[in-house]
This record gives sequence, structure tokens and C-alpha cells, in this order.
Amino acid sequence: MNLKLKSLKKSLWVYHVSGGSCNNCDIEILDLLTPRFDVERFGIILAASPRHADVLLCTGIVNKKCVERIKEIYEQTPKPCVVVAVGACACSGGIFRDGYQMAGPFDKVIPVHIYIPGCPPKPEAIISGIVKFLKELK
Amino acid sequence: MAENKKVVVPIGPYHPLLEEPEFFELYCDGEEVVDVEWIAGYNHRGIEKLSESKHWDQVTFLVERICGICSTSHPIAYCNAVEDLLGIEIPERAKYIRSIIGELERLHSHLLWVGLAGHFLGYNTVFMWAWKYREGILDMFEMITGNRNHYAMLMIGGVRRDIEDEDIPILQNTLSEVKGKIQMLTEAILDDPVLSARLKGIGTLTKEDIKNYGAVGPVARASGVDIDVRKDDPYAAYNLVDWKVITANNGDVFDKAVVRLLECFESIKIIEQCLSAIKGKKGEIRKEVREIPEGEGIGRHEAPRGEVFHYVRSDGNTSSPVRHKIRAPSYVNIPTFKASCIGETISDVCIILAGVDPCYCCTERISVYDKEKKKKIYTFEELVKKSIEKTEKIKKEIGKEGKLWKKLF
Ligand code: SF4
Repeated sequence: MNLKLKSLKKSLWVYHVSGGSCNNCDIEILDLLTPRFDVERFGIILAASPRHADVLLCTGIVNKKCVERIKEIYEQTPKPCVVVAVGACACSGGIFRDGYQMAGPFDKVIPVHIYIPGCPPKPEAIISGIVKFLKELK
Repeated sequence: MAENKKVVVPIGPYHPLLEEPEFFELYCDGEEVVDVEWIAGYNHRGIEKLSESKHWDQVTFLVERICGICSTSHPIAYCNAVEDLLGIEIPERAKYIRSIIGELERLHSHLLWVGLAGHFLGYNTVFMWAWKYREGILDMFEMITGNRNHYAMLMIGGVRRDIEDEDIPILQNTLSEVKGKIQMLTEAILDDPVLSARLKGIGTLTKEDIKNYGAVGPVARASGVDIDVRKDDPYAAYNLVDWKVITANNGDVFDKAVVRLLECFESIKIIEQCLSAIKGKKGEIRKEVREIPEGEGIGRHEAPRGEVFHYVRSDGNTSSPVRHKIRAPSYVNIPTFKASCIGETISDVCIILAGVDPCYCCTERISVYDKEKKKKIYTFEELVKKSIEKTEKIKKEIGKEGKLWKKLF
């Protein structure tokens, strides 16, 4: 394992990208920070800027207006960067798949490494997804 | 416009956490905000159009996904609309269950708001505690509906699941626990001199403003306008239980917080009454609906943020609506920023915007640009920091914190 990956898995800084979601997935992500789930005990914290992020947590369908924006955010992140699609919308478009504003899902726009299905996924599911990925890294 | 105004602050463009995404531009002269512009249309998912391609029953779950915070408000309004079209009355038990779900949602939404408002002011303890108490409510949801959010409880003609008798005592216990916690939080907030100094008199909306902008929900009620669909045009079980509409008089951010907190107790009162009304009884929970005839219907619901309005039209031979129009409360509440933000300082804008409760949608999506240099000056964090700094300053000036805070946290 190279140094970059080794340091990556110590403490993940996540940046939250929303590409047109119903915001429930976003709330569940914020919920992760609050006392019941408290992901800070795994060293995971929310970063304020994509330039500091190791992980992008993506929610929502990618709507036509934000395609460019999301690409830009992905380019700004230092590599290696793990992209997690949280929720049915981000994985496949979910209920909005047939909508005229749909330009996604996320894997059409940027490379996605982890898919966490659910509408919205429970916070436990999000934690478990990321932990599984960390185990894979080892 | 605003040629000679020095700094433009764009807030937006798309807010992930609101039913209507929006984009604000604040025109600033030094610290003072002199004008606000609003551009809508981001985060658009084409739900009204999508709904025309889905079955009447599927639309219930589609509209649920308009917004994650008030995720049951839209289905309630939509079902009201279709039932209005059909001209049917739903069974009484279904009415009570609808009210329970609607009020639980108001509880979790208001707590979520209190937490975020606390975060914006630099009271991170409030953020953490309020969200922790909210978990209790989400547990109740999981118990009743099987999901923490997006409950999928509603259905044209009634509700999808019944509340079992064995569950009711557990729900009542959790509710009284949550009530105690909210009581403590409310007392702590109302008693705190720093919060009063920080929030009183900012972002004030007068009764006139409310009428001019047509604002609804807690925003209107904080200014003394007692509009509430639950009282004005009762649906579900709201006319079968005893509760009152909470209003305040000053219309500032402090009063908006007070209205929301006190509303929580009314919600708890409603849920308690509904639970005891269905306890130990059996009954139908839905009416079977086979065909939707030609016609049109409207439905309303008092969401945590104000009145949600749905209009549906059917042509009688397709199995989906031919037109579905939705209007959510923030759509009318957001323009009130024109009245509440102008003349305030940038450090207050953060909490004024949050006061209307499109709140943390702006997280990381707000930044200040110098118009001449086209250079980024502030990020949203810095705005929050500014807001926090102001709280700290007031804290120092007053020289003491609320007694209750020390005792409680
Ligand atoms: S997956 Fe579901 S909860 Fe998440 S953004 Fe999409 S509709 Fe909302």
C-alpha cells in the first residue's frame, strides 16, 4: 500500500455534494455527525472545501444545471479521492430517472467507487458502506 | 440594478435541502445589506411533469420525494386534493393516523431547525442536543411506518398501515420523554440573555409585510397573523382534537424561534389526543378507490413551514393526473427577505435567512464576491464565523450566560 492510501484511511475528510436531491439523504449525512451516530469517532469529519476532501459524498440526481459544477468539484479534490453515491437517486436516478432534468446518475459524470442504495439509506448503512470500503483498502 | 452598490453576495445557486432551491444575491454597502435579489429554478427535478406520467397511486410516493424534511406534507396535500376530486370522506381512524404523522413531522422539522439556528449562532451544543432529541421522534416514525424518513404512510382514501395497540404505550412514553427534553431546550433558549440580545429586533417582519408578501406558516404567525390551514380549513383529525394556534407579535427572528418551539408542545398535545382516540379501537384505515373520474380537486396541508397546496386534474380515462400543480410554503416565504434583510448587517443575514427556515440548505453554498474585482471574499463558513463572532461579542458585553445553560449542559 502506498503512502497516500495509508494516510487516507486514517482519517477521512468528507465533502458533501448535492446534485439536486430531495435533501433527505443530505439530512441523513448530517445526522451522522450528531451524537447518536457520531462518525467523528472513526476520524471522519466534514470538510469545508472540496480541496481538503478525501471522500465526496454525493446525493441526488445530477440535474442539468449542476453537471459542470460537479465536474469542477471533482477536479478540485486531491487524488486519490473516493466518490460515494449515497441514495437511490445518486446510484441510479431513483424515482426521478425519467425526468427531463436528469443528466446523471453520478457515475455518468464522475467516477463512482461506492454505491449505497436506499431512499434514504439509513445512517448505519452509510457508515457500514464506508467501513467496508476501508477494509477493502487494507 | 445595483450598479453603484459595491459588493454582491451570491447565496446559492442550488440548495440541496429545500423544496425550492434558490439563488440569492445580496447587494452590500460595507457591512449593510442594501438589496436582495432572488433567482429560482435550480435543483429542479421536473416533478410536476413526472407526475403526469405516473399512476395516481405512485404519485403519492413521488410527491413525498419533493422534500426530505416535510416529506409527508406533500402526500397529505395531494391525497386531500384527490379526495376532493372524488368527493369522499376518509375513515375516522385514518384521519387520526394522518394527524399523528403530520404532527410528528412538525416536531422533527422544528427540532431540526432549532439545531441549525443554534449552529449558525455558534451554539453548537444546541445543534447536537436538538438533533439528538430528534432521533427519538425518528424512532417513533420507524416504529409506526417502518422508515425513518419518507414514511410512505399515505394513500388515496386513507393510510397504508395501522398503528397497533401494543405500540401505543411505547409511543406515548417516547413522546413524554421528548416533551421533557423540548421543555428543557425551550426554557434554556428563552432564558438566555445572549440569545435575546442577538435575535430580538433583527429581521423584523410587520403584519403589513406578511400581508404584502403573502407569507405563511410560522413566519406569518410570528408577526401576529394567525393563519393556519389546520384551523382555517380543517382536514384529517384537526377539528376532532383540542389545540390552539400559536402566535407572537414582534415578527423578529427571536419570535420565529419562540413560535416554533411552542408549536412543538401543541403538536405533542395533538398526537397524545390522537393516540388515545385510536387506542383500543378497531376500524377501517382506508376506503377503496378504484377509478378516478373526470374532474379537478385541490388539497391543502399545514406543513412545518406553512401551507402546501396541490391541485390535480383528471380527464377520467387515463390513469394519471393530466395536470398536477404544487405550491410549497417557502415559495412565498422566501421573498420576505426583501423586507427582512435590507438594512441589516452581513453577520445577521445568516440567521435571518435561517429564520424563515430554508436554513442550512445554504451550507457551503454562500459566498461573497467583490463586484469590481470579481474575487471571492467570504465563504459560507466565514459568514457563519461572522455570526458566531457577533454572538461572542454580545456574550462578553453582557458578561454572563443564561443560568440554565450552565445547569443543563
Ligand atoms: S435517494 Fe431518496 S431520499 Fe435520497 S435524495 Fe433521492 S429521493 Fe431523496
